[in-house]
Amino acid sequence: MKKKLIRLRYTKWYQLLSRGIFKDHPIYAMALGICSALAVTNRIENAIGMGVGVTLVLMASSATTSMIRKYIPGRVRMVTYMVLISTFVIAFQLFLQAFFFDLSKQLGAYTGLIITNCIVMGRAEAFAVKNPVNFSMIDAFANGIGYTITLLVLSFVREILAFGTLLGHSVVPEGWVNWTVMAMAPGAFFVMALYIWVMRTAAKLDQEAA
Amino acid sequence: MERMITVFLASVLTHNIALTYILGMCPLIAISKNLKTAKGMGISVIAVITITGAINWPIYKFLKNSGAETISLLVFIITIAATVQLLEMLLDKFIPSLYNAFGIFLPLITVNCAVLAVSLFFVSRTFTFLETVAFSFGSGVGWALAIVLIAAIREKLALTGKVPSGLEGAGIVMVIAGVISLAFTGFGGIVNF
Repeated sequence: MKKKLIRLRYTKWYQLLSRGIFKDHPIYAMALGICSALAVTNRIENAIGMGVGVTLVLMASSATTSMIRKYIPGRVRMVTYMVLISTFVIAFQLFLQAFFFDLSKQLGAYTGLIITNCIVMGRAEAFAVKNPVNFSMIDAFANGIGYTITLLVLSFVREILAFGTLLGHSVVPEGWVNWTVMAMAPGAFFVMALYIWVMRTAAKLDQEAA
Repeated sequence: MERMITVFLASVLTHNIALTYILGMCPLIAISKNLKTAKGMGISVIAVITITGAINWPIYKFLKNSGAETISLLVFIITIAATVQLLEMLLDKFIPSLYNAFGIFLPLITVNCAVLAVSLFFVSRTFTFLETVAFSFGSGVGWALAIVLIAAIREKLALTGKVPSGLEGAGIVMVIAGVISLAFTGFGGIVNF
């Protein structure tokens, strides 16, 4: 009996994790949160900072939303999410300014824009408001990790091509010419298009199924 | 006056909020399937960005004077949500025909990151009030320009043939946006802030 219970629980957790990281991946399957994924991925350092920020804010806001889900009146729930999310974003911004000042300068306004990152809002509305705290946390974690992995892949490609470096260390042979366009907006769009194409084909997803 | 025109042109062409700063992508992907709705969304965004930019500037000055800049993020997002709600109610009451045309887009604008970004950018750029208005209006126009261009291209593309199944939807929008954004880099250096 006990074993069965554990196994059942395992399945639900496992399902939530795999859904967030592969099947319903926020970026390539749902096309959510693309702005920040494009804008901050010119260097791996920025991508790590942003990924950690979004994951933390997502987990905190999902947990709180799910904790107070029975007391939120349906009509004002959007505003409630907004206030909750922006509180956590401000906390994260202050944390970055205190301990990683250079990073916070580089990310600039984009840390503030975590508020309007559709993933955070989307998970609160689609999952946390209907589910208990532990599952909401896992769902938020899975989505945050899925998002962070995407950011890392994109920034890996872009940093090598645009600057010839990885985390600031030079990795390219002598005589390498930097692809300046990769550091700018067009490069971000093209790399993202390729990423979506590859991942969707690999997962055999098309827009209708998503 | 000259300064305002410069700021306006720069925010439309060289510092386009969608194609240079890559903001407001979610609606750009979701609502660019046909030209008519794209136009509607574009015009609603122009209105909301200009109004919220103008409202948030004095609020930020007030917060700064009272030493509470930290919470400006929270206040901005509430201002935006309230403005959108108010605009919706006013349109519904006084211009119902316009409400029927644009009503569905308005709630979506609250989570359009371009709107919040404009409020955050003027903070870091120390604009005067009039410059802020010019910048907000210009950014709105720039975003509307981007979504209309993309929608027009997608409409034509739908007639000519099929894209690979993995690229449909979000993927092809990214390719189109990339090409347009590449073209927009050609404006670089014409005007600057």
